[in-house]
Amino acid sequence: MQEADIQFLENSFKKYYFDHFDQIKVPERTSEREFGYQKFNSGMTRHLAIKDDKELHLMLIQNIPSDVYCSNAYYTFPNLPMNEKDWKEADLIFDIDAKDLNLPCRESHTVSICNECNEVSKNSSQCSKCNSTKLEKKSLPCNSCINASKIEVTKLSEVLIDDLAVEKENIHVYFSGNEGFHVYVYDSQFQEIGSRERSELTDYISFRGIIPESFGMKKIKPNRASFPDFEDKGWKGRFSKYAFGSKSKRSKIITELLANGYPSFQKTLDDASESIGVKIDPNVTMDIHRIFRLPGSVNSKSGLTKIQCNNLEKFDPYTEASFLSDDTVEVVTNCPIEFRLKNKKFGPYSNEKITVPTFAAAYMICKKLARIA
Amino acid sequence: MLELGQDEIAKYPFLADAGQYLKDQGFSLEQFGSDPDLKQLIEKAYERIRVAADGKIYKSDLDGDHVSKEAALPREVFSFLLAIVLLKLSGMHTLIKRFALAEARRAEKYLEKDLANISDESKNQLAIRVIDDLFSVQVEKLDDFFVIPVSNYLKHSINFHEREWKLINRHVENGQVYLSPHETVRLIRKELGTYINSKIVNARTPTMIPGFEDSVNKLVLLSKKFVTYTVTTGEYPPCIKHAIEVLEKGENLPHSGRFMLATFLLSKGQSVQQIAPLFKNAPDYNERVTLYQLNHLAGTSGAGTQYSCPSCEKLKTQDLCFATSECDNIINPLQFGRKKK
Repeated sequence: MQEADIQFLENSFKKYYFDHFDQIKVPERTSEREFGYQKFNSGMTRHLAIKDDKELHLMLIQNIPSDVYCSNAYYTFPNLPMNEKDWKEADLIFDIDAKDLNLPCRESHTVSICNECNEVSKNSSQCSKCNSTKLEKKSLPCNSCINASKIEVTKLSEVLIDDLAVEKENIHVYFSGNEGFHVYVYDSQFQEIGSRERSELTDYISFRGIIPESFGMKKIKPNRASFPDFEDKGWKGRFSKYAFGSKSKRSKIITELLANGYPSFQKTLDDASESIGVKIDPNVTMDIHRIFRLPGSVNSKSGLTKIQCNNLEKFDPYTEASFLSDDTVEVVTNCPIEFRLKNKKFGPYSNEKITVPTFAAAYMICKKLARIA
Repeated sequence: MLELGQDEIAKYPFLADAGQYLKDQGFSLEQFGSDPDLKQLIEKAYERIRVAADGKIYKSDLDGDHVSKEAALPREVFSFLLAIVLLKLSGMHTLIKRFALAEARRAEKYLEKDLANISDESKNQLAIRVIDDLFSVQVEKLDDFFVIPVSNYLKHSINFHEREWKLINRHVENGQVYLSPHETVRLIRKELGTYINSKIVNARTPTMIPGFEDSVNKLVLLSKKFVTYTVTTGEYPPCIKHAIEVLEKGENLPHSGRFMLATFLLSKGQSVQQIAPLFKNAPDYNERVTLYQLNHLAGTSGAGTQYSCPSCEKLKTQDLCFATSECDNIINPLQFGRKKK
């Protein structure tokens, strides 16, 4: 990124932080958390301890970070090196990202930026100008990406509440500021479990690693009575709905499953995880030392803010999470995909010099599809 | 600590304070070495270890009815305590491990029986308390099942590699896992073994007691049987081959895949300089970053922690596993191709 672009983003972010202090609050048990931040074109500064909102605001204004992070873990000494921090517990966190959902719309709104010559194209395997294969992909998520992610969040909440006895009030959903949602679970029985246990929990939630025996099928002398039913709790009930469709079809489908045999049933289960399993990123949930984007901070991949969604169904990130100013600015842009922000449509642009509001300019510059003119 | 009756100590002798028990019964170790009647108990203790070393569970006198219970109970405890003395005197760690495991499985049998005992509530409660006190697993009885909190279950189930123990293959409801008495006890097998093992390891080693020498020498001979040699074929496991192929094609290998590849090769003794060129074709290759990260993994920079290669289970979760039949029975890619000679 060139100097003028960085200058522009820093000014826009600074203004946001200054005008929206009310939106940026430290999380509970602040002094036990590790904080960190990144500046444009620079590495990560982490292992910071912050005491309260005031100290956080001061850090933001002094450093104007591109991204701000905070741990889900609680430590005795959050500012010491990792192995001296004394890990105590960590909130359970899930990352649901549209890029992991294999959506058919994705190709239509993904562009490749060549690392060698900066050419922007929709060709995903090599640069259309210099044939280099070193490409950086950027996606401008569409409404169906957001809707599909919301469905995953709803599925996740259902498993957390029904199977794992998490209280509804303790589940907080945040728009990540780019392509998905972060789901935080507070005060659950899982606060103190380690990384391997969390990895097992993600397999449960994603409906992975199942053996046929658990869902009624046996290698020798399988028996109709052991197959799950609609009223069963947890995954058995959900799998019944998926596999049988309706109560009247259950008997017939069980006959088919028995006829097709054990290996085929394993395949049925594996296919089921693709459609009924919750699509969470397992690496995020099992990392108990990670620092996560701080709610209320701006995401430098988009210029949008990570904010809590109180009404997930109605939530529209492109109107509710865009907080940068309306002041206009002139940019040169090569953005082949149309996008919508604050109820205004932008693009597509093909190597044009245009004047747009700051929030739209920042969005394109963050995606590396524009530069300050 | 739990209050134990005589027959409970016989079933769970590792719960007793050994020194105190001998004193309470009015015996000293020296007497066992010299008194001809007591000396046969040393032979019994040796047998108990030998059976364990063979991977079998010692057949207890408690199970038969050919001896009176009063006589059998203390002999049962003595043979356990003397076995520990013999093991300490022999100093053979492989035997201690095998003995602890076999004793754990023996205790498991009794725990399971006690848990399932519906006619005697006190037996039932004792088993539940042993499990809670020793392993902090809060078991509750619910109809025909024993239920434990999911978080509790996970702490133990992660030690198993069989898929049936995965949470997804369990009956989960309302934050609890439903188990049979057998499964409840099986869940803590490893911890029970570890507990007994640590009790033996931490026990004081006495000086040689006259009359114990023969059995100790026999143990030293016995342990020689278990020395094994392993050889490796040197071939890379399929997950590693796959990762190298992806990189060679210039395709993107996710961070977790790079982590696996680097930690694997480092563990196989390759240097950072040897590994770094593998990443040259990656779409986002940056020499400085690659070297920094490799040095970090090797423990030559940063906090000095040397990272180890992830387990097969973890790689499965990360979609990095491409197991073939040659991967059977391994739990970490580093074990691939290792054969016992």
